[in-house]
Amino acid sequence: MTFDRPASAPQDLPTGAPVNMSRRRFLIGTTTATAGALVLGFGIPTKARAQAANMAPGTRVPAFLEIRPDNTVRFLSPFVEGGQGIYTAMAQIVGEELDADPSSFVVESAPAGTDYLVVGGSMRITGGSMSVRTSYDTMRKLGALARAMLLEAAAARLDVPVSELTTEPGHVVHAASGRTVTYGEIADAALDLEVPDPESITLKDPADFRWIRQPVERLDVYEKSTGKAVYSIDTKVDGMVHAAVQHAPRLGLTVGSIVNEAEVAAMPGVISIHTLPGAVAVVSERWWTARRAVESLNVEWNEPGADADPTARYMPADFSTAAFAERLANETGEGMDAENEGDVAAAFAEAETTLEATYHSQYVNHGQLEPPSTTARFNEDGSLDVWMPNQAPEQFQGAIARMTGLEASQINIHSPMLGGFFGRHFLYPHANPYPQAIQLAKETGRPVKLIWSREEEFLRDPLRPMAAVRFKGALDSTGMPVALEAISATEGPTEGIWGRNPESVDGTAVEGLSGKSYGIPNHRIAQVYVENPTMLAYWRSVGNSMNDFLYESFLDELGDTGGQDPFEMRMKLLEGNTRLQTLLQSVADLSGGWKRGPFEAEDGTMRARGIAMASPFGSHTAAIAEVSIDRGEVKVHDIWQAIDPGSIVNPAIIEAQVNSAVALGLSQVLLEESVYENGMPKARNFDMYPILSPDRMPRVHVKIVESGAPMGGIGEPGLPAVPPAVANAVSTLTGQRIRSMPLSKYTFES
Amino acid sequence: MQLTINNETYDIDADGETPLLWVIRDNLGMTGTKYGCGVAQCGACSVLVDGVVTRSCVTPIEVVEGSQITTIEAIESDPVGKRVVEKWVEHQVPQCGYCQSGQVMAATSLLKETAKPTEEDIEYAMLNLCRCGTYNFISAAIHDLAGGEGDAQ
Repeated sequence: MTFDRPASAPQDLPTGAPVNMSRRRFLIGTTTATAGALVLGFGIPTKARAQAANMAPGTRVPAFLEIRPDNTVRFLSPFVEGGQGIYTAMAQIVGEELDADPSSFVVESAPAGTDYLVVGGSMRITGGSMSVRTSYDTMRKLGALARAMLLEAAAARLDVPVSELTTEPGHVVHAASGRTVTYGEIADAALDLEVPDPESITLKDPADFRWIRQPVERLDVYEKSTGKAVYSIDTKVDGMVHAAVQHAPRLGLTVGSIVNEAEVAAMPGVISIHTLPGAVAVVSERWWTARRAVESLNVEWNEPGADADPTARYMPADFSTAAFAERLANETGEGMDAENEGDVAAAFAEAETTLEATYHSQYVNHGQLEPPSTTARFNEDGSLDVWMPNQAPEQFQGAIARMTGLEASQINIHSPMLGGFFGRHFLYPHANPYPQAIQLAKETGRPVKLIWSREEEFLRDPLRPMAAVRFKGALDSTGMPVALEAISATEGPTEGIWGRNPESVDGTAVEGLSGKSYGIPNHRIAQVYVENPTMLAYWRSVGNSMNDFLYESFLDELGDTGGQDPFEMRMKLLEGNTRLQTLLQSVADLSGGWKRGPFEAEDGTMRARGIAMASPFGSHTAAIAEVSIDRGEVKVHDIWQAIDPGSIVNPAIIEAQVNSAVALGLSQVLLEESVYENGMPKARNFDMYPILSPDRMPRVHVKIVESGAPMGGIGEPGLPAVPPAVANAVSTLTGQRIRSMPLSKYTFES
Repeated sequence: MQLTINNETYDIDADGETPLLWVIRDNLGMTGTKYGCGVAQCGACSVLVDGVVTRSCVTPIEVVEGSQITTIEAIESDPVGKRVVEKWVEHQVPQCGYCQSGQVMAATSLLKETAKPTEEDIEYAMLNLCRCGTYNFISAAIHDLAGGEGDAQ
């Protein structure tokens, strides 16, 4: 079996039989820009292989780097690219210490393997805004190790001591004799050397950085502007057939019988019909044919029987989100503490003014534009290749090993570019297509590409949890908050996916209620666990995506009760916290000075501004939104956002990521809600589940504040402050308190 | 049935009702044109039919027989398309990139029809969804192409 090459884009997949595909072979597989060129790569030299057993993740240079004769650098990234710019950031960080221009890098996702477990030296996922901040030191060291090996090889080549050599980008220089040698000329020899002890390496002084902290252009922009970028859905392998599925309308149902199987089997182009757990599938030479056929199948679905897995989720026929929201709001328990400081009960007893309100968050879909797909191929030697969008190669490899009985080493996970992810492509029960694709490949004996239609995706996309939070606040005699209690009735995504620990609160359920920096001396944050029948998921900025909306909106409500200005109140609550006061002042300055309104804009519309803060994923943010009401709808004109990630790698990528997070945050607060009735989602496509459209995108103004604190995340932190900033502005403008999302459910007068 | 795509004529073995998108992707193996929703909501599948942007996911091949179809694979052969790509790169527009083939096709169609589009023209023409929220970067690139300041960002 061999791989096809796409007509339009030479795909960076090896050709030829995949039997016993070695790492060296994997590394030598050509890649886009120089496909077909002679490649003398690092491969796995003997010494490095001997070293591999005891080397820490992120140190075995040949597992990551290959330098070609033309001086281009092929780098296998531990993290998957999905628009967040991680390939470029990795090239900047590694290139900085390697002394190779990031623009000379060709980056691909690494396969599964222990070398790539660079998050804390024990795992990796592409998520949690963790990639750069957790691997920064390791990746710098990796670049430096590779440079040391090149220096050593150059010393041998030029017959001079290493101490007389320096580097310029892509070259080793012997200043005394004026001789230079390119990296590409000595790469083969260099990577046959033993990797030096990582502890022996001295990293650059940041003052000498060439590329880190610079707005280096992203490496994949041209390919993505010309259709050449290859996503999972574009995978092609020789002899491949296509598959489509129809899922049970509710989770937990099983296939009873297919009433019209013979009729559909006779449709032109249909190869085979399959029964899968909770779904039926059709395999065809063309996906469109498969889809038409599978949707023609008339399936009788069975309720789960006595033999059903008791841990599996079941969606009852009477479930509705409206009723579930009511149930959450009516949960009366005190819950389990996530935070409990001061004396909350005494503070409420003594307070002159108290306030109670219940706030809601909603289920939301990921809505990444690339529908899920998986291509699975069993090879003649019993190994299995799987191409799929994924944020965690080893987790998928492990799950596939359990499913198939294969050894992990027999399972090759390919992680192409992600057509958006936002948390969608973690390992989720019942929500990834890979088990179906693998079963179909097994049953047909052919490589199978399975694509979920958008409608099937809406049916099985796991959801960002919904919550009802009972807030209670107390004010002192000056109207400042002195006590705050938030009890969230919800199920966190982590416990929803991996199982609940009854001894502790799911941190991802309450983050954003917890972790606040305001000096409210008495506060209690708690969770009342309520299991969902839906599948839950991480969604960009996870718990913070809803909890900062809930908290920051209630804080404004509390402030209004005490006659406080939202900006001044936050400044006072942050007394002694120079970092966050600076950040808050920065966003006010960015917006031309804090002004709440309502005020009349130059175009005659009445407008107001809202403010909010968040501290997600190791970074801190502050946002201001300016809104008006246009024909009954909220119009957001400007978002100003200041972000303090401690220190940075690429300011242009940060600005792009903040824009992106603003868009998703706005989409959530203005438009999005996954509504279930009768156990089924009402929306099965974007017509019924609107997401932010171009005409609703505001101007976005970004200010990066580098406080020098430990490095925080970038991909997610720009989101959580946006929904409450908008909601607070709308409350100010309309006088109507906003206690839930989306705003499209409210009626406003223009 | 014969289709003319990127100046080449192909014999297509598919039912006349088959959406153009799937013929381009599966029959012809050109995967630059993307499937996003299948119901003309997102625009990831946009191609040019006789120079006009068209959502290929809801376009049966039988209605484009005899038309000149252009996909993203040939976009740089079109002088307008080539400029659009250059500006997309200059403004670093794409993030995940999945919608960008369609965005580039929509921009090319707009500029082929109106070299100097107004704000209203742009709003009317650039409807494709982008889940990464690159809208301000798209707007900046188009304003730049239209000879404006490129500063909508």
